[in-house]
Amino acid sequence: MTDLLISGGRVIDPANGLDAQLDVLLRDGRVSAVGKSLFASDSVRYDVTGCIVTPGFVDLHAHLREPGFEQKGTIATETLAALRGGFTTICAMPNTVPAPDSAPVVKALLERIGADARVRVFPIGAVTRGRDGKALANLAEAAGAGCVAFSDDGSPVADGQLMRNALTLLGSLGLPLSEHSDDPVLNAGGVMNEGRVSERLGLAGQPAAAEVTAIARNLALAEATGGRLHVAHITTARGLELVAEAKARGLAVTCEVTPSHLFLTEDAVFGPGPAPAYDTNAKINPPLRTEADRQALIRGLNEGIIDAIATDHAPHAREDKLCEFDYAAPGIACFETAAGTLLTQVARGELDLVRVIAALTAQPARAWKLDARVAGLGTLSPGAPGDIVILDPAMEWTVDTRTFATKGKNTPLQGTSLTGGVRAVIMGGVVAHEVEVAHD
Amino acid sequence: MIDVQERPAPGPAEAPAWRHKDLLDTDVLSRADIDLVMETADAMLEVRSRPVAKVATLRGATVVTLFYEQSTRTRASFEVAAKAMGADVVNLTASGSSVVKGESLVDTVRTLEAIGADLLVMRHDRSGAPYLAAKNTKAGVINGGDGTHAHPTQALLDLFTMRRHLGALDGKKVVIVGDVLHSRVARSNVWSLLAAGANVTLCGPATLLPRTLASAGGEEGRVALTADLDRALVDADVVMALRIQKERQATGLIPSLREYINGYQVNATRLARAKPGALVMHPGPMNEGIEISPEAAHGLASVIEEQVANGVAVRMAVLYLMATARTK
Repeated sequence: MTDLLISGGRVIDPANGLDAQLDVLLRDGRVSAVGKSLFASDSVRYDVTGCIVTPGFVDLHAHLREPGFEQKGTIATETLAALRGGFTTICAMPNTVPAPDSAPVVKALLERIGADARVRVFPIGAVTRGRDGKALANLAEAAGAGCVAFSDDGSPVADGQLMRNALTLLGSLGLPLSEHSDDPVLNAGGVMNEGRVSERLGLAGQPAAAEVTAIARNLALAEATGGRLHVAHITTARGLELVAEAKARGLAVTCEVTPSHLFLTEDAVFGPGPAPAYDTNAKINPPLRTEADRQALIRGLNEGIIDAIATDHAPHAREDKLCEFDYAAPGIACFETAAGTLLTQVARGELDLVRVIAALTAQPARAWKLDARVAGLGTLSPGAPGDIVILDPAMEWTVDTRTFATKGKNTPLQGTSLTGGVRAVIMGGVVAHEVEVAHD
Repeated sequence: MIDVQERPAPGPAEAPAWRHKDLLDTDVLSRADIDLVMETADAMLEVRSRPVAKVATLRGATVVTLFYEQSTRTRASFEVAAKAMGADVVNLTASGSSVVKGESLVDTVRTLEAIGADLLVMRHDRSGAPYLAAKNTKAGVINGGDGTHAHPTQALLDLFTMRRHLGALDGKKVVIVGDVLHSRVARSNVWSLLAAGANVTLCGPATLLPRTLASAGGEEGRVALTADLDRALVDADVVMALRIQKERQATGLIPSLREYINGYQVNATRLARAKPGALVMHPGPMNEGIEISPEAAHGLASVIEEQVANGVAVRMAVLYLMATARTK
């Protein structure tokens, strides 16, 4: 394997406190050195002047759809989309059929991943059997087979007793429980955030209180059991305050936010026109919230309360979205726009660049102790995987779903102009994706 | 059929300035749009009063009514309106169509366009469904009621009825009472009444009020929300009762129908607080004895039956304006 010398870029490696004009040398597919004006004979020089060099992104929340929903996406298509988005390590949510709730299913899934995946994929196991919310899955068995975390994502573990037992058992295994925190009774029938827009459109709402009360319950159960709660895709200002308070008291709780909830509000459902669009591509669960919530999430990220930016990449087939709003499947295909929206928010002065990179790399790796499975994951420490993202903060581009690698063309951002994007992705020391740039 | 040449088509002499491909809600209608519908409906009402209450204005046009939800009066009203102008009418219901075989709304609408539908009148139990239909067909789509969102022709016929009794509505007070939160009639009425210059008070149990809709009235506060019917009714020019769905009790939004009746039934005692002779309206179908007392429903101030009759004229006006806009 040829050594690669990535030179001329601004290296941001939050784990090592680096943010400077530095070179990165990759040798044998791993990070060998980071320093000023490095020289290595026999290496290929990769000039990234004007770009930002970061560790490959680590996504704690993605939907690959295989097995069971291959019309929406496959391990092959969705991991290629992840790669193009800079996500070189992703955790696959278990809402597949069958759900990974036992060793045989997890093993079969890992075989498929081994055959088809373009990036590193860690499976997340189901908390309950078949994700039905009724009886616990074989947690230790699934963990032994390779699950790095557990979740019934898409649904909460609504039964408090079941949640308590799951947190207790997973706590003893040292594994996180990533919880889709909502109250299905308060949310019954809801298809978007409850408030101004839902009342305007006559759509049933999902109140912020449904998330807030669920987070409060889950924090109380985590505290009582010593379990490791990870609050998936947090969306509410008040929910975030509860997490911040729990962290301040020393609870082992972590949380994530999606690029969609940082960039968009409930207004995306209405659309830009005078008449409502009922944009099913802006339907997501938990829903896009208010501008006040969005601002709170931005603050939470900039202040380091939010551990991870996770995509909740959720590809859907055309017919899943080309239907009545109530019937449309929730979810946004996010892999290929995430870096673009985040860098656009950096360019606007909303988000702090180093915090964003930390929440995409070292922090998620540490939150789920993935760096104990793959040494140096999410960092540019010597020996870390040679997974590198080259970001171009000045890239002006327009979202065009026809260029997406994901099967899911479901995004409310179609046609949106963004500032900043992924220029290249290096996987295991090899340039695996590169965007052609027109030179004047 | 009366000859078009002999009995000229109603409506303004020059081609009407109707610019909308679809009528999905009243929220995008300007005051001029609304005035145009009202004037055209006046002419249509005159047509309806003739011994042979028909013209041939829409001869050759195909109007399809596509109903995904039960309806008697709205579907019949549109059918009578279309036939009164010589249109061919095809009635489809979800239970008697390929919908039961799983055909998507978009496919259904495209099929109807290919068959030759010019105008599509659509009723659907899901909010926003007509918007999806309109986006996917060249046919003009008229929203005949979608979920808990909008019912623009009901709002226009309500406005038409009010104007016939009260004249211009500027500064008039219209009180809408009941399950406002789930009412497509109330929502569409808010937009058309605001455009026509009226002030609107929305009244009902607090669980059935859309808390953010007051902001629709702008800084002048032309939309008010209250759970107190007695206060709401003071100085009212119009009192409109909404149908209360019995399932609201089952879902706990109201404790009981008895409690609802005690607090919100439109009846003679309550109406005494409104202006003398205030109009009593209801979009139907009524639960007499629940949201409205029989005395109020059939009293001297009630214009409820007139609303139904006016509905045909207003729907004729809408069909006429939309069909004419298409041929331009």
